[in-house]
Order: sequence, then C-alpha cells, then structure tokens
Amino acid sequence: MISKFLYLEWKAFTRSASFASNLALKILMGFVAAYFILIFLGLGVGAFYILKKMKLDPIVAVNQFLFYYVVMDLIVRMMLQKIPVLNIRPLLNFPIKRETIVHFSLGKTILSFFNLLHAFFLIPFSVVLIIEGYNPLLVVFWYLAIYALLYCNNFINILLSNKDGLFMIFLGLSAVLAGLQYYEIFDITAFMGPVFQSFYNTYWAFGIPVLALVALYIISFKYFKNNLYLDAGLSTKHDEAKTEDLTWLNQFGTIGTFLKNDIKLIKRNKRSKTTVGLSIMFLFYGLLFFTNGIPMYNNPTMHIFAGIFVSGGFLITFGQFVPSWDSSYYQLMMTQNIPYRGYLSSKWWLMVIATIITTVIAAPYLYFGWQVYLTIIVGAIYNIGVNSHLVLLGGAFTKTPIDLSSGKGAFGDKKAFNIKTMLISLPQLGLPMLVYWLGSRFDSATTGLALVALLGVIGFAFKEKAFTLIEKTYKSEKYATIAAYKQKG
Amino acid sequence: MIQVNNLTKTYNGTTVLNIEALEIKQGESFGLVGNNGAGKTTFFSLLLDLIQASTGNIVNHGIDVSKSEAWKPFTASFLDESFLISYLTPEEYFYFIGDLRGQNKADVDALLAKHEEFFNGEILKNKKYLRDLSKGNQKKVGIIATLIGNPSVVILDEPFANLDPTTQFRLKKIIKELADDPAVTVLVSSHDLQHTVEVSDRIVAMQKGQVVKDIQTSQETLKELEEFFAV
Repeated sequence: MISKFLYLEWKAFTRSASFASNLALKILMGFVAAYFILIFLGLGVGAFYILKKMKLDPIVAVNQFLFYYVVMDLIVRMMLQKIPVLNIRPLLNFPIKRETIVHFSLGKTILSFFNLLHAFFLIPFSVVLIIEGYNPLLVVFWYLAIYALLYCNNFINILLSNKDGLFMIFLGLSAVLAGLQYYEIFDITAFMGPVFQSFYNTYWAFGIPVLALVALYIISFKYFKNNLYLDAGLSTKHDEAKTEDLTWLNQFGTIGTFLKNDIKLIKRNKRSKTTVGLSIMFLFYGLLFFTNGIPMYNNPTMHIFAGIFVSGGFLITFGQFVPSWDSSYYQLMMTQNIPYRGYLSSKWWLMVIATIITTVIAAPYLYFGWQVYLTIIVGAIYNIGVNSHLVLLGGAFTKTPIDLSSGKGAFGDKKAFNIKTMLISLPQLGLPMLVYWLGSRFDSATTGLALVALLGVIGFAFKEKAFTLIEKTYKSEKYATIAAYKQKG
Repeated sequence: MIQVNNLTKTYNGTTVLNIEALEIKQGESFGLVGNNGAGKTTFFSLLLDLIQASTGNIVNHGIDVSKSEAWKPFTASFLDESFLISYLTPEEYFYFIGDLRGQNKADVDALLAKHEEFFNGEILKNKKYLRDLSKGNQKKVGIIATLIGNPSVVILDEPFANLDPTTQFRLKKIIKELADDPAVTVLVSSHDLQHTVEVSDRIVAMQKGQVVKDIQTSQETLKELEEFFAV
C-alpha cells in the first residue's frame, strides 16, 4: 500500500506546476537550492572553528542560541509549511485502512524540506565536534535531542494549523524576548542555554525531547484519525461573511470601485494577508542597515537600498503580483465594461497610499538621525515615482495564477520568475543605488539623495505617458494572460 | 446583430472551430447545442474576445470584438465560476458589477428584488462568500449578474447545468422573458436539448467545430435534434 502512495506522491511532485516549468528555471532553482545547502554546510563546518577562534566553547555557544533557532523554525513553519489535507480526500472511499492514511500523511511531513534543511547544518557540525574530540556518544545524543525538538515543531505546526492568530503571537513573543535580550534586561538564553547544554552533558536528558516527540506523534495521529471526515478535519473553513459597502470610496468613481474590491481582496484572503504581514516585516528590515547589526550593510549606498525596502514593502510584495491577484476571475474582468486605465490606476493608488502610510509608520527611524529618515522618504519618493510604474509594467509579464486561499508562496513565487520581469525589476533597486553612489561620490550624500528624489519626481511627472505604455503592454499580453490564468495549480 | 465571418480557431494544427458565416439577428433567442468538444465554449470565448481567432472575425453590433472594446458596455456573459469573485458576498458582487455597468445601488436592489424567487432564499443575506456557496447557487449569482444594466446581448454557457429542477424551470422563465424583448439577443448553450428548444427560437447544432444544423424552432425541432444526436 505504501508503495502505491509513494507512486502518487512522485507523480504529484513531478507534475506539479512549479516543477513542469521551463528548463532554465529548473537550473536556476537547482542553483538556488545548492546555494542554500552550501551555506548551511559551510555554517555547519565553519561555525565550530569560528566560535573556537572567538575563544568560546562551540557547543556551549551554539546551545546558547538554539532556543531562538528552534522558535524561529516554528515561526517559519507556521508561515510557510502547508499541511497536505486535500490529497487525502480521493483516498477515503477506497479500501484502505484509516490508520494507514493517517500514518502516511503524517510520515510524509517528516521528509518535508523544512525538516531536512536542518540536517545540512546539524550533521556537519556534529561530525566536526566528534573529529575535534568531543564525546561521540554524547554528540549523537545531543544531535538526536535537537532533531527531536525540530520534529516536535513539525507536529506542533500540524496540530496548530489553521489557527491564524498564533503565528503573530509567537512572532511578537520572540520579538519581545529578542528586544529584552538586546537591551540586556532579561536574557532568555541564560535559562535555555543550560537546558540545551544538558542534552550534551548528561546521558539521559536527550530522552525528554524524544519522548515529547513520540507523544506529539501519538496525539497528532489520534487527532487526525478522529477528524478524518469530510465535515471535520478535511472540511475547509467557512468564514462568516459580512457585506461591506465602503461607501466612502464611492467619491473616487471607477477607481473607488476597484479600490473597494482590492481592500476586500486583501482582508479576506490568506495569501494577501500573508503578503501584508510580510510588508510589515520589511519595515524592520532597515534595522539591519542602520544599527550596525551587519557592518557590511552600514554604508550610504546600502542605506538607500534599505530606504527603498522600508518604504516600499507593500509595493514590492503586493505590486509584483498585479494583476495575478485577480487571476481567478480575470475572464470576468476582461468581459466587463472596464477601462484598463481605471483598473491599473486603482492598483497604483493602492500602492501609493500604502507607501505613504508605511513611510509615516517608519518615523521611529528618526531615532537614528534625520539623515536616515530622509533616506527613507527619498526611497518613498522613488517608489511612488518610478517603482510603482515598474511593478505594474512587470506585472503584464507575470502570468502566475494566484491561489488566494493558500498562504504559501508569498516569499516570491517560483513560477513568477521570468527574464522579462527580472529585467524590469533591475532598475527598481539598481538604478537608485547607482545614482546615489554617483551623487555622493562626486559631491555629497545629500546630492545623492536629491538626485534619487529627482528621479522619482521625473517618473511621477511622466505618469500619464508611463500608463499609456503599461496599458498597451497589458492589452498585447491579454490572451496569453487569460490562457495562463486558466491553468490552475 | 452578431455576424461571424470565416471564423476558425486552430490549436497546434487541429481546427477546433470553423464557422464560415453565421448571423444572429437582434432580439433573437439563439440556442447552441452540441456534444463535448463541439466548440460551443470556444465560440463564446471568441465572441467575448477571451481567445484569439486564427482567421476571420466576429462583429457584435458593428464592432469587431477583437479590434475594439466598445462591445463591452452592452454585452453581458456568464461562462463559468471563473466569472465570480470568490471572496465577495453575493450582494457585494452584484453591486460591483452594477458599479461597472453604471447602475446605482437602488437599480441593482430593484433587479435583485425582482428575482428573489429565483434565488429561493439561498443567496442574499446568507453571510456566505461566493466561494462557500454550492455550485448551483454560484450559478444563480452569475446568471442574475448578467442581467444588471439591461444589456442587449446576453451570453450564457450551460446555464442549466448544476441547477435543481425548480430553478431550471424558473431560469427558463427568465430567459423567455429576455427573449421576448425585441432589443435583447440571448445566446444560450446547453447539452440539454429539451431546455434549449423551449427557450430558443433558433437552434444551431455544432459538431467538431462546425455548424451542422441551423433550424428555426418548431414543434418538430426536438424530435429532429434527438434523432440527430442519437447515434
């Protein structure tokens, strides 16, 4: 029976839309995967010697931060790891034991990318530990303990799936802990470090996470088995709908009609909510640049890069998928009495309003000095004047249908990659950095900023021209886009 | 009036649609029947400029649909669920379409009130998004949405599929009413010969992309069609 399941899984994998894309993309994906694997491998091997050089006991130092590692892992899983529920449906009415189905679908998650990735760090690190003379048996115990914890995360995520709020709570909690640690008020690692250390120091402690994992597996198994009904665990959640008029938007005419729709789109779909969550995270991205957190980032040219990201989080995450947001009903849009320009303008306004709001929210960056905040404002001007047009133009070539109900893929859909979109997105970040660098090189940083802002203003001045071009592109891509949106998943 | 000239659609060398000439008069109630793959949906998609014709063109009220968008204000259509916006409530959807067709809330409300019977209490004020409605109820929403703004061309693809018997009956009444208006051209496709005969005054049967029968509906039409399709 298991071999039959494996056969189905293999077919599902090789025939999935993202895998069946063109060869160039496959090669690129291979490179990206290899890159991440190498980074983790390098970390695993290198971490030991780097820590040794810093005169720290590598295993103690790693244990100190494993708490955050495990918590971050859980958060990432909650955001991205999807529980394969729907695949079970077609199996229910066949002569297969319910237990087999549950064991298989739980077992399947064990091989998930989110679990395997850690091995690339943990295995080399453990091997280096053993080579460097640490007690092999204890290293193995430690390794088992850590992996058991990561698998606990796996099953916790399964049990807690569909509970949207939890993710935010975890994120908030760990942000608070990190903040307390940064300002040296309360150091959670001082408490958790010894716990992780005990996995190595004792012969019995590793049993605790392992037992916890077994318990979690049994709980998940029972939970799934009892809920393996179409109207229970396999049902899709139905939200209670509330009709909203948003009449205050009526004054904006056609654009208002579309804005109303876009606001509902963002509020009522998981995918779009994740996107907005992401764009909020972009707000904090600037901290990496302005706090000296990563010294390499702390130079003026990188600052303008940060300025664009901080103010343009929404523009980048939401805008790059216009018009894919409307992909599921694109045929309707194409047969209605809709002027393209009105449709595009409403998306443009949405991005502009979001950029302005983000820039205002980013005001606390004033803490790092007015120059930093000015950089963000200049970034916003550039975003509004140039990038808003560029993402709309790029959208004409993005032919990836979006499944609104799934939260997966918000970190840049693999399929959304194509050469044209990439060429268009180069000026989004490259151009302002170049201009700023030139300006600051030959005159002063302020000149650099002024030049970038000027670019934004020029872009804004040519808005009508840009829109005519964008409109023409959308029209010429119309049939290809409709055809692409018809192929789901 | 809708005029079809030398229309063909070819995918990878296979011709899926080939209509030399076809004229649908204003006010006509036009039924399109045929088996799966006969080209019904392809024809409607071409009429709505959702796909590109390989040769020829369709002229809707004097407008070549692939050249200009001026046909959109007076043409309404519902082909399948992809015409619905899944995250809206039915009311919001109707108002959205109303906004696009220049109808205010009161106009839309009046139309909805008129078709309350058709909705059978399952659509309005039900606190459900369109994505959570059953297939049949989704269809009801899509069909009524095409009536917003008094379009002069109404295109419905398989409107009877997925509907319960009572609703099918009510839908026939609605389509007949539309057909009685001399300004409104109704185009309906269906697998169901009887329904189509009942609501149409002209029936075109298609097979493998070609028009094989073109008859004005009469007493004998149903029998003629049944004989044709009973192979």
